[in-house]
Amino acid sequence: MNDQNFPDARGHFGPYGGRFVAETLMEPLRRLEEAYLKLKDDPAFRAELEKDLKHYVGRPSPLYPAERLTAKWGGAQIYLKREDLNHTGAHKINNTVGQALLAKYLGKTRIIAETGAGQHGVASATVAARLGLKCVVYMGEEDVQRQSPNVYRMKLLGAEVVPVKSGTRTLKDALNEALRDWVTNVDDTFYIIGTVAGPHPYPMLVRDFNAVVGREVRAQAQELFGRLPDALVACVGGGSNAIGLFHPFLADEAVKMYGVEAGGLGLASGQHAAPLSAGRPGVLHGNRTYVMADENGQILGTHSISAGLDYPGVGPEHSWLKDLGRVRYVAVTDDQALAAFHELTRVEGIIPALESAHAVAYAKTLARELPRDAAIVVNLSGRGDKDIFTVAKLDGISLA
Amino acid sequence: MNTRLGGDSRRIARVLEHLRRAKRKALIPYITAGDPHPDHTAALMHALVQAGADAIELGVPFSDPMADGPVIQLACERALAAGTSLKRVLAIVAQFREQDAHTPVVLMGYLNPVETLGLEAFATQAKAAGVDGVLLVDLAVEEAAEVAPKLRAAGLDCIFLLAPTTTPARIALIAREASGYLYYVSLKGVTGAAHLDAREVAAKLAEVRRHTELPVMVGFGVKDAATATAVGRIADGVIVGSALVATIAAGAARPETLPAKLIEQLRPIRQALDALSG
Repeated sequence: MNDQNFPDARGHFGPYGGRFVAETLMEPLRRLEEAYLKLKDDPAFRAELEKDLKHYVGRPSPLYPAERLTAKWGGAQIYLKREDLNHTGAHKINNTVGQALLAKYLGKTRIIAETGAGQHGVASATVAARLGLKCVVYMGEEDVQRQSPNVYRMKLLGAEVVPVKSGTRTLKDALNEALRDWVTNVDDTFYIIGTVAGPHPYPMLVRDFNAVVGREVRAQAQELFGRLPDALVACVGGGSNAIGLFHPFLADEAVKMYGVEAGGLGLASGQHAAPLSAGRPGVLHGNRTYVMADENGQILGTHSISAGLDYPGVGPEHSWLKDLGRVRYVAVTDDQALAAFHELTRVEGIIPALESAHAVAYAKTLARELPRDAAIVVNLSGRGDKDIFTVAKLDGISLA
Repeated sequence: MNTRLGGDSRRIARVLEHLRRAKRKALIPYITAGDPHPDHTAALMHALVQAGADAIELGVPFSDPMADGPVIQLACERALAAGTSLKRVLAIVAQFREQDAHTPVVLMGYLNPVETLGLEAFATQAKAAGVDGVLLVDLAVEEAAEVAPKLRAAGLDCIFLLAPTTTPARIALIAREASGYLYYVSLKGVTGAAHLDAREVAAKLAEVRRHTELPVMVGFGVKDAATATAVGRIADGVIVGSALVATIAAGAARPETLPAKLIEQLRPIRQALDALSG
């Protein structure tokens, strides 16, 4: 079996994925799928996307040999895929540039997005500004307060930020609200989902737009050390940066892959955001996947130091890769992520996003398990500028 | 008349066929089970029947009701805060059936709580409690291949939604899987939305009727006698939800007053529909 051939025609990754939405959205989703399948190999569309990725996003992003960190950890060679150097500071822009281009080709005049930490909201507001499209971003009221710099960035970019007051007032509720907006304004509106979750075709198209990360790593690895990496490590919230790195390597059995979930205060505490490590299959936000739910099937609130990983579901392809055993999913606690945040900052002069710091933390463990000549590629999915307030607060420092 | 409690396997079809012969329009109110508290729901259901409900759609509260507007979202939150689980909802239906063996009850909700209980267990227990039909909002017909046969095997009707965006090909597909009735969502939007264009609905219903002989109920945007009249002229019946749930929200602090308030609100809608009949 070739793992890269998923999803099937109905959007299924094994038993996961699919299209679990109210009837009103079924036809718009089918049309989006049809449009995407037609455009993705269209030479004009491809050329425009590649031009944007190169000249606007700043691709390719470097694959950086982190020699000081490697020496300090005393294990395998660590390479950082520098998605933090992209325009807007994270991998999120790879997807929003692609989806915005789809919106343009489909003649939509209004863009909506959900956001947790605000990175996807900023990336959506950015592409909307550039194309002159109206943009509305849904963000949980709790996150609006936690991530005020990103809220201001979105407003500067001309987006309207709508605080969502329902449910747990975080990312999952923002996603619900964005779906409600889309169902109401489906004629003129394009919904840019920020991760590889949601109903088919989103998990597929968000993956495809992010797979540029893994494709670049293949070429860069050959150039830097003359072979494929031995291991890939990426953090997993919804899982878009991870699938972007993993997907082009799925058929290369020698390449081990590790998805790092937010362990929060520890899996045993229940205060985490690790559905693959501690959840079970269910249906949420239009797809079947691992979710965190109580014994009655109600979706649970989550906890992570990193707002971008604070989500009770995960992309359906990750659920499938977990069941297949192709990717190993592990969890890293808030404290471990925070320690990695500081360590990378001090040793390499790179301030990582707290999300990405989860991947760095696990790479430290893995580096010591693998031989010294093994090559580990860590997806440094975003930069930590947005997190300095959170970290300062945890360290008892007031920046105000 | 079949009076076996919970044992009537064709309650929906029988009631709707009776209405059709009498040239009367169906009135199907919706309330969220457990709102404001599961102890009160059966009494509210009896009140709805007293006001002229032909069947009841009983919402199963879910933490993430993505197809619902703010009114029903808040109802779900109140119900969950009061400890309403799917099992408790089934117990409420059984309690309702102690006094009402006639009125069809349709559970309306989302897939995850049902799958968590287990499809077969849910189907068996729901039937035993006296449930007649199930509408799972996020279960599109394409994904229903496993679920629908199990519900049907237990003797439950599978109700599906149709929407303004549903193409003729999909209408045909859905009509093949559906039983009981079809629920036409009158507008692009969530429950409780304000605008409803009766002419657009009429055009779509004509299309739907080319594919099915099942009764077609129209919901989303039906809130009072005037909207019920407009919709009743073209549909086989109306579903009234958010307007009633808003009344429950306003009176949640004094739940003993709610039955009378619901009756007062629903009666004019019943009268408006009856004014349309033959």
